[in-house]
Amino acid sequence: MAGHSAQLDAKTLWGGKESPFQTSYGKLMMWFFLVSDALTFSGLLIAYGFTRHDSQDAWPIGEETFNSMPFLGHGYPLLYVALMTFILIVSSVTMVLAVEAGHRMDRKGVTKWMIATVIGGFFFLGSQAWEWSHFIHGSEFGKIELNDGSVAIVKGHFGEINSFTVIEAGKKHKVGAVIKEDLMHQFQHAAELGHLEAGKIHLADGAVAKINKAADHEMKLIIKKDGKLHKVGGKEITGKQAEKLYYEALYSGDKHRVIYGANMKQNEYGPQQYAQFFFFITGFHGFHVFSGVIINILILLGVLSGTYHKRGHYEMVEKTGLYWHFVDLVWVFVFTFFYLL
Amino acid sequence: MERDDLIEYSLHAHHDDAKGKEIRKKIYKVTILLTAITIFEVIIGAGIKQSSDYWSTVKVLFILLTLLKAGYIVMVFMHLGDERPYLRNVILIPYFIFVAYLIFIALVEGTAIGSVWATMWQ
Repeated sequence: MAGHSAQLDAKTLWGGKESPFQTSYGKLMMWFFLVSDALTFSGLLIAYGFTRHDSQDAWPIGEETFNSMPFLGHGYPLLYVALMTFILIVSSVTMVLAVEAGHRMDRKGVTKWMIATVIGGFFFLGSQAWEWSHFIHGSEFGKIELNDGSVAIVKGHFGEINSFTVIEAGKKHKVGAVIKEDLMHQFQHAAELGHLEAGKIHLADGAVAKINKAADHEMKLIIKKDGKLHKVGGKEITGKQAEKLYYEALYSGDKHRVIYGANMKQNEYGPQQYAQFFFFITGFHGFHVFSGVIINILILLGVLSGTYHKRGHYEMVEKTGLYWHFVDLVWVFVFTFFYLL
Repeated sequence: MERDDLIEYSLHAHHDDAKGKEIRKKIYKVTILLTAITIFEVIIGAGIKQSSDYWSTVKVLFILLTLLKAGYIVMVFMHLGDERPYLRNVILIPYFIFVAYLIFIALVEGTAIGSVWATMWQ
């Protein structure tokens, strides 16, 4: 076949009857698709950079926003995202090993590495689900507007709420009743609505209860927006002083002084656009990973049924591999521009 | 009549065991390198604050390391390094021109608009 000639001569290469790129149609089309998809992601990340540069409010810092680990709690800056990056790199490696096995017509090898790649993909998707859930629910302290008008994010260990003891009866609760369920949710809901006052919570049914809460530890306020007294980048506010300022604001009885987590309208981390970009960019990437896992499963089925072996080559694995590596490639950039910088 | 001018699959779609061993060795090497770079980035990212004097240096370092990682992924994992130079250039050169330009424009414009907004209400 003409296209398979090994001699490559610059004069005849572009003279027709030969593929100048010396590559198959399918692979070339996959590359063209990836080129256009890469432009889409470039566009998104550049839009993020644009917004970050024109923003007046302090932009969130990756190591402050993403410092939680499953089962371990807070205080592990960027470790979880690094783990996610590692998972994706490893699954990219197992993919390239599958492609290599395919070149040797080693069907068993391809099967083994394709299964590993699919598992890696699921691990990454699971991690991302955890990360999203954590981002949406936010921290236990939230972001708070202090009495002088400055806005601060809070670091430290939140003392556990053990129970509420009802001291004024409402429609549902009698005096003396002890509430032990759904405490954190009720507490945060009341805080957002300004239904807290010094050590007391106004419940939804009109009852007033005393909050039995353990002490907080190592509290630290990081100012994100200037107020009359506290400025961005000013002296660190820690310990008793931080607790005093935080609870003054929390128990002020004003609405919307505190924000927990993130939604489409507001978030505790920074400007509104920050969460929107987070959802869109990591979501769009996550959707690519999801499609990639589905495609990998389909290819794995093809490998198992021997379709590619009969065909005499494993190019389908190679083409899917290109897509899967691309997903990894995009994550490398998202990791840098969203989490590190 | 069967066409003989269409390539069904790549030219270098097969290799023997010895070559495979060599390729796998390279893959493992790149894996270790990528992991090491990621760990290094996280340590630096967690250790050096954005308010630090070194931050602008760190920023440039991060971007260079990212490009290095991307280079290894594209050239080794995606085998673009083994493709014909024509194909390589068709894929890569648009980025160096177009995306570099877009980054420049977006950041300059973003900063300019930001400074306008900052002075608008005074």
